[in-house]
Formats: sequence, C-alpha cells, structure tokens
Amino acid sequence: MSGILTPDSGKCQVNGLTPWEHRRRHVQSIGVVFGQRSQLWWDVPVADSFLLLRDIYRLDNATYRQSLEELTSLLQLEELLQTPARQLSLGQRMRCEIAASLLHRPEILFLDEPTIGLDAVSKIAVREYIKRINKERGTTVILTTHDMQDIEALTERIIFIGKGRILQDGSLSDLKKYCSPWKTLTVEYSGGDLAFDSENAFLPGLALQSAVPGRAVFSVDTKTLSVSQAVSALSQKVEITDLTVTGASAEEMVAALYKEYQV
Amino acid sequence: MKAYAAYFRIRFTAGLQYRAAALAGVVTQFAWGFLSILLFAAFYRTDPASFPMGFSQLASYLWLRQAFLALFASWIFDGEIFSLIQSGSLAYELVRPLDVYAFWYVKNLALRLSRAVLRSFPILTVAALLPAPYGLSLPAGWDSFGLFLSSAVLSFLLVTAYCMLIYIATVYTLSPLGVRMVAVAVTDLLTGGIIPLPFFPDNVLAVLRFTPFAAMQDLPFRLYSGHVAAGEAAPALALQAFWLMALVVLGRAWLNRGLRKATIQGG
Repeated sequence: MSGILTPDSGKCQVNGLTPWEHRRRHVQSIGVVFGQRSQLWWDVPVADSFLLLRDIYRLDNATYRQSLEELTSLLQLEELLQTPARQLSLGQRMRCEIAASLLHRPEILFLDEPTIGLDAVSKIAVREYIKRINKERGTTVILTTHDMQDIEALTERIIFIGKGRILQDGSLSDLKKYCSPWKTLTVEYSGGDLAFDSENAFLPGLALQSAVPGRAVFSVDTKTLSVSQAVSALSQKVEITDLTVTGASAEEMVAALYKEYQV
Repeated sequence: MKAYAAYFRIRFTAGLQYRAAALAGVVTQFAWGFLSILLFAAFYRTDPASFPMGFSQLASYLWLRQAFLALFASWIFDGEIFSLIQSGSLAYELVRPLDVYAFWYVKNLALRLSRAVLRSFPILTVAALLPAPYGLSLPAGWDSFGLFLSSAVLSFLLVTAYCMLIYIATVYTLSPLGVRMVAVAVTDLLTGGIIPLPFFPDNVLAVLRFTPFAAMQDLPFRLYSGHVAAGEAAPALALQAFWLMALVVLGRAWLNRGLRKATIQGG
C-alpha cells in the first residue's frame, strides 16, 4: 500500500491511485515509519534531516515552519532537534521519525511496528502521540504490529492477514469472540477456609486452581456462572479483603486466532 | 531540483569533515606517484624509443591521476548505498517522491568532489615544484588546458555513471562483494589506472579505444600534455559524451526494473 513493493496479483487503490504504478505521486501524500529502520540521516542533526525532507517534499517555508512547530510541541522535540540522529536513544529517535514522516502533512500514515524495542514509558507516549495525530489532524493511521497493547490502545478496525489473504476484518470486540470464556479470580480473604478439594462440589463453574491459607485462585467458566455470582457466593463463605479478576490475555486470544487459521 | 542540490550540499559538507582520512590519502597518493615515476624512469633509461609518449608527458599523466584520484578512480564507492540495499533501508528511498537514480548519482558526485577538493591541491602543488621531467609540467597550451577541463568533467560524470551500475547490480545480487571485486580489477586495468593506455599493445588499444573504459580517465590527462593534439580532440570527446549518455540510460532502465522486482527482507 505504500508503493514500495509490486504485488504478484490483485488490485489496490489508495486515494484513487495504484501505489506501485504511480509511486512518486502516491508517496507525496503518505508518511511511513519503519520501526526497525531509520529515515533520518545518521551523522547530521535532526533539524538538518527535516530541512532536507522539506526540499524533497517541496514544501514552502511557511508551511514547513508551521508543521515543524506543531510537531515539535506535539512530540516534545525542542531539545532533540540539534542532536545528530546517531546520538539519540531509541525512544527519542522514534519521536523524531514520526515527526519526520508527518512534516509534509500526509493524509495517511503507515506505521510498521512503531513501538518495537521501546521501554514502557516511551511506548505509552508514542501511543498517545498517534492518537492525538489521528484526532487533531484527521490523519488515517495504518498500523502493523504484533503488540497487543498497541492494538487495544489505538485501533478501531483490525484486519488480520495470513498467507497473503485477509482472514478477519472487524473491530477488536469481534476478535475477542475468540477469547476463551474462562476468567481467573484471585481472592484474598480471612475468617474461613476456601481450600476445599479441587473436585469442587461448592459451585459448578467455579474451579479452584491453587490455594494457600488466606489466598485462593479460581477459574470461573463464564458460560455457566457469572463473575458476580461467583463473588457473592464466595463472600458468603469468607470475608474477602482483596479481589482480582483477569480475563484471558490478549496474547492468548491472538494465539487462538493463529491456531484457528493455521497461520 | 532543489532537493537534489540540497542533498549534494549536505553530503559535500559532510565529506569535507574527513580531514584525517584526506591526509592519509594524500600521503598514499604521493607514495604511489613517486613509485610509479621511478618505475617508469627505469624503463625509460633502458629504451626511450619504445615509449609511446615523452617522459615529461608521462610524469604529468601520473601526477594528474594521483591528484584527481577521487574523481576518476573506478573503485571509490559509497558504502551507505551498499548497506541500505542489503539491509532493506532501500524501502525508505522508495517512499520518497524522488528519482532514486538521480539521488544516488548526486550523492556519489558529492562524495568524490569533497574528497578531491581536500586532496588534490597538496599533490598538485608538490608535483608542480618537482624538477622536470619528473614533476607536473604546464599544459601544452590554453586550448589543451580547456579541452582537459571539458574532458575531465565528462570523465567524472562517466565514472560516476559507471559506478552506478555496480550499485544497481547489487540490487539484484544483494551482496556487492563478487561484482565489486571483478569490476574493480577489470576496470582499473582497462581505464589506464595501472599503466597508461598508450602503453597497451596496438591491437588491444584498437578495440579498447571504443569502449567506455578508454573514456573514463585516460583522455583528459593526454589532452593536458598535448599527447592528444587539441585539433584531434573532438571525436574523442564526442565518444565520451556518447558513453555517458548510454551508461545513464542503461543504468536508469536497469535500476527501475530492479526496484520493481525488489523484495524488502527483514520485516
């Protein structure tokens, strides 16, 4: 879709153009960030790379300066602009890369694994920036990622691709159907003992996973028993001091999807 | 156009920073120059009649070659281009509204020119001060000098176009090593980099004269010293211009085909 590769077969239209046939016209209106490669010139300050991009995309000075100001404040680049790219940390570089790809105000932004290798703080920050860019500039963002938290934080529509075909096209909640119905309930309690035998005659749909005095972990089959029913039943037996409910992790959901389609 | 000029400027100024490398290069070129002169001097003393050109013409040839090595040597490549082809960062070149051939061409011009600026003056100065016939003599005349300059520009552009072919071959082969090794060995010999072309046997020269190799560095030096008389220069210059156009057209077509079929590896 970015026009870099030519496919063996099939059709694709972006903004009315076929990307690989009209590459130079097409790329004028898209921005691309590859998480694992850098588009900034290595040995010159970031600001110089930006100036070169201004010339490459033929922006007039006023547009360029306005765009640069917006992006500098949005991504907090004030201190980074005069640093050569090779001296930036990965998180700092990623912010500069995103800015570089947006200088020419593209309508579409392609992000290929933008949070890969980033520390937790930078990941959250980058996600925030992407959301704001989408909201404030109305940029369409097409994200490729294996990071489930990226997906949960950013996406409205998910297209699941495998072996050259579209396998699923829907929202995150559609995909969550593939979640297993089991929820894990971790209970810390006092005034009783929940460590009864794992054959579980207590309540169908509630199975004890592990127990030490004062703390028990249960799985709840939400098809038979709702979480609130389980909690109220347990609270009638003991006094609950702390309670955690977790669903199947997003990774498990994706693994289930992969398995279903044998991808 | 502005983008290419801006890129040229950036790469040129970056190239000028490498002063230590330039100094090392200058020393190397002096060594080569002196050794070549001594070698040829030994042959000359044995049999001056067998030389196809006068000794001072030869000395000028060798010194000019050393001084402008950065412009005319066929083995000076930009490592960044090879690595971006191999690593797949080629993807970023394709994502810009730029002509990739022109972009790389301009980059190479800047690289070579910045090196030449740093290295040529010391060598030219010292060579000019050496006692005749071992040093750089004055050009054979104003017209010879003018022709030398025109031919040098054409040679410079032609050598760069030739090197583009090596980069383009790498788009197909991924590893540049094999292509480079063969190309560099063959080209350096056939362009007069090891021994000047007039020393080649006549039957070889008869064929070689029409190839792009003969047009790549030999001609400007011989124009300078008058070995090729000013009046006879026109057909040779025309041939240079022809080969320049041919290599550029061929290169562009080859690159476009390669890019269409490119696969970006490494996710």
